[in-house]
Formats: sequence, structure tokens, C-alpha cells
Amino acid sequence: MILSTSLNSTSYSFIDKLKAIDYFLIIIVAIIGSMSVFSIYSTESGNFSFYTKNHLTRFLVFFSMFLVLSFVRVSFWYRQAYIFYILGILLLILVIFFGISASGSKRWINLFIMNLQPSELMKIAIIVCFARYYHRIQSSDIQSYKYLLQPIILLLIPCYLVITQPDLGTAILIAGSGLAIIWLAGLNLKYFIYTGLILLVSLPFVISILKPYQKSRILTFFNPDRDPLGAGYQIIQSKIAIGSGGLLGKGFLQGTQSYLEFLPEKHTDFIFTLFSEEFGFVGSMLLILLYALLIYRIIRIGFSSRSFFAKLYCYGFASALFLYIFVNIAMVVGLLPIVGAPLPIMSYGGSSMLSIMLGLSVVMSCKIYSRDSIGN
Amino acid sequence: MIKKIENLNKSKIISRRLFVLVAAKIGLIGIVTSRLYNLQISEKQKYEVLSDKNRIREWKTPPQRGIITDYFNNIIADNQRVYQVHLSLEEVSNFNNSIFKLKNIISLKDDEIKKIYEKKEKSKPWDTIIISENLSWSEFSKLNLYLHELDGAKPVLSTSRYYPYSNDLVHVVGYVGDATTQDIQNKKKIEENFVPGLKVGKIGIENSKDTDLIGNHGTKRYEVNASGKKISEISYNKETQGENLRTTIDLEIQQLAQELLKNQAGSICVMDIYSGEVITMASSPTYDPNKFTHGISTKDWNKIKNNKLRPLLNKSLAGLYSPGSTIKPLVALAALEYGIIDTKFKVNCKGHDHPYELYGERYHCWKKNGHGWMSMRNAIKQSCDIYFYEVARLLGVDKLSLIAKRYGLGSKVLEDFFSEEKKGIVPSTKWKKQVLEQSWYLGETVITGIGQGYIQTTPLQLCLMTAQLANGGYKIKPNLIYDKEINLDAIKSKIESEKNKSVSQNILKDQEFKHYERLYRNPNNLRFVLDAMYGSTNEQFGTSFRSRHKEDKYKFAGKTGTSQVKRISDQDRELDLDLEEIEYKSRDHALFIAFAPYDKPRYSLSVLIEHGGSGSKAAAPLANKLIKKILDRHELREKIRKDLKNIA
Repeated sequence: MILSTSLNSTSYSFIDKLKAIDYFLIIIVAIIGSMSVFSIYSTESGNFSFYTKNHLTRFLVFFSMFLVLSFVRVSFWYRQAYIFYILGILLLILVIFFGISASGSKRWINLFIMNLQPSELMKIAIIVCFARYYHRIQSSDIQSYKYLLQPIILLLIPCYLVITQPDLGTAILIAGSGLAIIWLAGLNLKYFIYTGLILLVSLPFVISILKPYQKSRILTFFNPDRDPLGAGYQIIQSKIAIGSGGLLGKGFLQGTQSYLEFLPEKHTDFIFTLFSEEFGFVGSMLLILLYALLIYRIIRIGFSSRSFFAKLYCYGFASALFLYIFVNIAMVVGLLPIVGAPLPIMSYGGSSMLSIMLGLSVVMSCKIYSRDSIGN
Repeated sequence: MIKKIENLNKSKIISRRLFVLVAAKIGLIGIVTSRLYNLQISEKQKYEVLSDKNRIREWKTPPQRGIITDYFNNIIADNQRVYQVHLSLEEVSNFNNSIFKLKNIISLKDDEIKKIYEKKEKSKPWDTIIISENLSWSEFSKLNLYLHELDGAKPVLSTSRYYPYSNDLVHVVGYVGDATTQDIQNKKKIEENFVPGLKVGKIGIENSKDTDLIGNHGTKRYEVNASGKKISEISYNKETQGENLRTTIDLEIQQLAQELLKNQAGSICVMDIYSGEVITMASSPTYDPNKFTHGISTKDWNKIKNNKLRPLLNKSLAGLYSPGSTIKPLVALAALEYGIIDTKFKVNCKGHDHPYELYGERYHCWKKNGHGWMSMRNAIKQSCDIYFYEVARLLGVDKLSLIAKRYGLGSKVLEDFFSEEKKGIVPSTKWKKQVLEQSWYLGETVITGIGQGYIQTTPLQLCLMTAQLANGGYKIKPNLIYDKEINLDAIKSKIESEKNKSVSQNILKDQEFKHYERLYRNPNNLRFVLDAMYGSTNEQFGTSFRSRHKEDKYKFAGKTGTSQVKRISDQDRELDLDLEEIEYKSRDHALFIAFAPYDKPRYSLSVLIEHGGSGSKAAAPLANKLIKKILDRHELREKIRKDLKNIA
């Protein structure tokens, strides 16, 4: 890593690097991280056992990894961007052959210490890849067909691989993150409108190829009472939990919906529900505020970066992060269908934690090496 | 330079685009925030209720029935400890397997197993069903021994209805059984307090007073988890026992009455002529109400149902019989009250060779050789039929019917207390026209005069009639449940004060009477009839002379009755067979009515023996034994009455 200095003219002393670190961002991540540990602890009814231990360990390991990797020079990420993309695709292909199945979908690779979910890594890889891709393209060329088609193909490959796992939620998040950067790079608005129209027209076709459980989820979204003990159960119970939390919540470890096991998937996708039940409207707003601050800090880093790569990456990552958070919360409060999307940092899950921390290290690297121009 | 401008341009685009994205993000955060506000602030209550509904589940606990006692506080319907086994469905891993194991341990029969499966079908997955309501101690201890193999099975100590005097009171107290859908629909109290396994009254007081006896169910509220497992008890609203009831029945007299009726079909009713308290209401044969508590077996049920003497029929109030000669005092009273004849009116009874004749129809007296010239007193005493044929003819059926109804015939004695009680029939010309759509014949009047023909009464009606004659002609309010509102002294003093007051002739018109109102015109007429009944029992040639008490304090007055169940042909009359020689179904019903003690009447009674032959031979002797017992217990009863009054 240290060897990769040859391309860059600027050099940094260790003190400079320490000074450049965005401590505020680190503190926010640490706060959300500790909140997540307490939430997972609450899902186990206040027992410090399996999930809490695992989650705490992962958070500590990946948080440290984030801090260490922050010192990797941003040009490294830039240079390896396509490699990451290709690695991500290879891992997704590996899943097809060697993946582990759980509840009807094949998403994980067994790494012995943890089950890795390559689609989670792909969420970051696509951002790094696109940031690099648009780094060099001049704004006047962006509208050309060549530069229009290439990124779409780059985006469709991982999306297709993830949809067939099947994992609609992650595929949407990957597509969303990619589109965010394409948007930032300045692609004409009309293309987005066309894409939107095409999607709308092809909707009946898309629905026809959806798996039955996906269809039922969408129907359930429009009417949860259609099948209150089946497909609608999750969303109904989630709304009950959040609603009964009220202004100040039922109190830490007092969430009846969760400790009496009415709440499904409470460690992962529905962690916000548990948090909201126990800490109420005030707690939920505080958590959303923390996320907003985190996103604000990331955008701020992008703003003060010199290179387009850094700018595009930070803005893109911030947008992706927002998208993950929004989709998850909107889902558990019943604004979006249940598609299976974890809440960054809060949800139990190693791959998600790994990818977020990895993403944050690139952000921090942009901050520390903000003066690097990476040859633009 | 160009590159720099280009870069600047690109930078601008990115910033502009970012601005749009940030704006969109703020908008989306707004949406999420308003949604959270909506859920957690605006609709908080709705979701709080839903959350409680999720986590709190109620279990109803069964109430204990109130205890029923006789007048002297002897328990006649009790709650007894029973051993049961319940099965908690949520804890059962394999239902069929559990039932199979239980079957071997507590020996369930096939039809019981069928019922258990039916119960399971109707239950919710977290319900508990009752596998067996009444285990023997050995089964119960065996069950406890194998309990570790039986997931979900719970040995339970519970209570169930128990009737300590089983057969003796079934027609009064009734019995309980499982509540049917109909029971639940019909009675609000049952619906409100329904708990699986709840017993409700099926007949008798258990049924009539169900609303008071059931009590209120308790409620246990538990916090449960998503799979319905109980986590903790939140609250327990304890169940309350139903009201205890004191009946007016005297257990000892009731038991004696049942004993006297043993092996016969019949009824004995005893009543307090002032308070209207029903002291005994025996019906024979009887059956064991305890068999019904946990569901009667088909074999036992068939045995009761197929008994030719009809144990299920409460003969005291649902059995209809011609009153026979027991109606004669009433016919005499009616004739005197209307002034049709006076007490000196005489008729010659000349025996079977010279019967009473009307339009070519011949009507015989029961006495083959005839009674000779009969005055009214003698005619009642010796029960001369010819005399009453003539009196009835002179009186007319409509006047007779009016007086009969006034003294308690033709309407339900206990009003709606027992659903099975029958009204009986007191015929009149109007009745025949309306019901049978035929005109009345004079011959029908004549036989109504000796209590035959259309007239139908229950033994309890005859007992009430006797009471209302013996108390000096006042309407009383018969009751089976002790009523502290009834003031005996007030009733007695009212009767005493009105004894010699004269009333207008209007009293003889058809009218409704309130309780404790005077029913007669002239007290002398009543006195005369009661005196004639005294003669019937205590003077030679009286029909119940052989059943009299010689001791003054037991002296009573009565009237026999023998009611034909079929028309007696001339051939039958010629044969004059002994009772044993006649087919059971064709034998006469034996009746007897009486009041005691004669000089200061207090109790009335009626005895009926189905197909018992003559009233003087089959029915009157029972009264002798009963009256001694009744009068011996009088002091004790009065003492209790006083105590109860003081408590109130």
C-alpha cells in the first residue's frame, strides 16, 4: 500500500494524516454502532448471548478495519476500482456454483469465519467502479451512446446476478447506487425519464416473471390485511410495534412486540422497528438525525475533495447510504413493500457491516488524501 | 486551459446534480418523519390496543354453582371435588398419540374418544380441553404416575355438581349437564359466563334458577408470546360462586313420600295452606340426577327412558289425571255458593239396578247396592255419585268450571317456574266450542260432577285446591324457593278479620283474583264442605275412615277419589273384578286429598297412585303416615321460620 506513491506528487506526513481525519464522522459511526449493539442485545431480551456477541465482535473488527483502511491512499482505490468490480462479479458467479442456500435463495459463500454475501460487497464495488468510470469522461461526452451503454451494461450484469439469487432488495439498492452516480456525472435528465417510462411500460411483464413470494409481497404492500397471518404478518406486526411505541417508547428492553416474538426478522431487516418501539418517536428521530449527520459529513468530504473520483465516490456513497436507510425504514413503516434490505450498521449481518465499513474507509481516505488530484 | 474550463464545468454539473439529490433526500426524510409521526403520535392509541391484543390473552375460569338446600338447610345440591384430566392443546406435540396413551391409562371408551375429537375440532389451538371430567382415584393416581410421558396432559382438581339424596329430589331440583348451543343462545347469563365445561341446569330448580345459581366466571389475563405460550400472569379477576338457594322443601317428608311411592307410579304433594310453600313434591319412579352431570351413558339413558312407569315425567305437575271424586267438595261448594240447592237437598241412590238416567243414558254410582237417601254431607262423606250427577245437572258446567278455576284448577300452579308444568283442562261449554268445535251435552255435565270426562288436573293443582279450601277460601301464592317477603302472620290475620264480613253477589262472577284475596261468598258454605270432608275421614261409612288418626292432634280431613281410565261397560260392572285381575293399564287411578290438623288447618296434601285402584285403599293410607310426619315436624319448621324472619 505504501508502495503506491509513485503516481502521486503530493506527500503527506503522519501528523498531517491524523489532522485530516474527520473525527466527527468516526464518532457518529461509533454512536450508531453502540446503539446497534444495544438494539441487538434487546432482541435477545437482555441476554448477552449469540447475536449480541457476534454483532459486537463484527462491529469492533470492521470498525477497526475502517480506521486502518482509511490510511490507504485514495489513488489505490482509484486504480483498483475495476478489479474490485471484476472481483465482485466473480464472487457473485461463485455464489451460483458454491453458494449456501437459506430460505429459498442462494446468496452466501462460506468463508468459515463468516458467511460472505458478495452482493453486499457489490453495493460498494459498483460505486467505486462508476466513480472511476466517470472520473475521466468529459461532461460533453457523457451523453454519447458509447458512454451511455457501457455503464448500463456494467450495472445490469451484477443486478441480473443478484436478482437471480433471488434478492430483489439488494439488486434494487445496487441499481439505485449506480444510477445515483450516473445522475451525478451529469447524464441528461431525459434518459432518466425514458428509463422510467420504459420501466412503467414493462411493469406487467416484470410482474409476470416475479416469483410468487415476490408478487405476494407486493400485493401485501398495497393491502396488508389481505393475509394477516401470512404475507401481511410482518408489516402488520411491525406497524403495531412502531405505533405502540408512541412518543417516548416503551423503554429499553421493554418492547413487548419484540420480546414476545411477534416481530419477525427483528435482528436484521426489522431492527428499526424494535428500536422505534423501545425509544419511540423521539428515539427514531434521533437515529434518523444521526444518519443524516453521517451523510452530511460524507458529502462535506466529497465537497472538499479535489478529484472527481473522490467527489463522485463520496456523493455516490452518501446517496447509496441514504437509499439503504430510506428503503429500510420506509419498508418497516409500511411505505414500501418488504424487499429485504438491512439498515446500515444497525442490522445484524456481517457482509452488510463489512461493506458499509469498507465504503466508509474509502470516504475517509478521500478526506485524508483530499489534496490528491489523481491526474485530472 | 481548456481542460481547466472543462473541469470547472464538470464540477458545476456535479454540484448541481448533488443539490437535486440532497433536496430529494430531504423530501424523503420528510415523508418518513411524517409517517413515523402518524404511526407513533396520531395513531398511537390504535396501535397500543393492537399491541395489547397481541400480547394479552384471557382465560375464563369456571364459576362454582350456588348450593341448594331444603328448608332446614340440608344440602340437596352440592359441589363435590372431582378429579379431572385436561389437555392443553398448545403443549401437545401429537394429539392422536396423546389420546392413545391416555386411553390406555384412564380407559376411555370409544364414544368418549369421539366426543374428545369433536371438542378438539371446536377449540382454538391454545385452548384446553377436558378429556375426562370424573376420574376415579385409582385412575387419577395412575395418571400422575405416567404424567411425564403425556405432554400437555394436566391432572386437575375441580368441582362438579353432586346430589347427596340422588333419587329423592330429582323432580324438584333437577340436574345439570353441558351447556348446548341452544342453552347459550337462550340465556344471556350463560352466554356471558360460558366457559368450556360449564354445567347448566337442564330441568327443575337447576334450570329455573340457573341465572342465580351459575355465578360469574373469573378472568385470568396472561401475557403470551407470538406462539401463544403463557409468559406471565397479569391479573386474575376471581370467579364468584352463584347464589345459594333455600327451597321450601322438607327433605325428611320428601324422602318419606318417595319411600311411600316406591315401586309405584304416582305423586305426593304437600303444601303450607297459608304461605303456599311446597313442602313436598314427590314423583315416582325417580332416577339418579348424578348420572347426568358428566353425561349419561346410553345404556343408563335407555333404561330410564324405556321404563313403563315413566320416571322422566314429573307426575306432580306434568301428569294429567281426572280428579275423580276429589272434585266433589268443590262441586258442593259451587252449588251452595250459587244457591242452587241447600245442604238439606236429598237424592235417592238406589244401586246398579236403578241408575241415574238422562235422555236414555244411564249413569251408575260406584256402590253396587246404592247409598239410599243422601243429604249433601253424607254424599260427600260416602262419595255418592248419583247425588253429584244431580247436583252437577242443576248447577251447570259453566258455574262449576268458574269455581274450579277460582280454587286453582286449570292453570299452572307454579306459573312459569317449571317449563314442563301442565295447565290441565277445566271444561266449559265455551271451552268445548272453541277447542273441540262441538256443542256441550248435558251428559258431560253430569260426569264432570264426579270428576270424570274432559276434566284433567295435576296432583299439585289438587293440593292447591285443597289448601285454598282449607285456609278458608283465600288465594295463595305457591312457591318452591324460600321467599322472605311472605309474611305468614299478616296473611293469617287478614283471613281472620274477613271471616264474617259479607260480600256482594258479584263475587260469584268470573274475575281475576290477586294473591290472598277472598274467593268465597258465604263462609258457612266453606265450613260445611270442610266439615263434610272431616266426616269422610273420621266418621263411620266415610270413604277414608280406615286411614284416620285417632289421636286428636293428628286428626285430618280428606276426600278420596278413584278415577277411571276407561269407560266401564255393563259387562265389567257384572264381572266386578278384583284389582289384581284387571290389566295394569286399565286399573283406576287412586287419589286422595287432605288437610291437617282438622281443627287448625295448616297443611294440605294430595296423593296420586297411577292405576292404584280405589282411592280409599291405595291413596288414603299413605296420607295417614305422611300427616303424622308433617305434624311432628311442624314445631321445627316454625322455629326455622322464626329464625329466618329474625335474620331478615
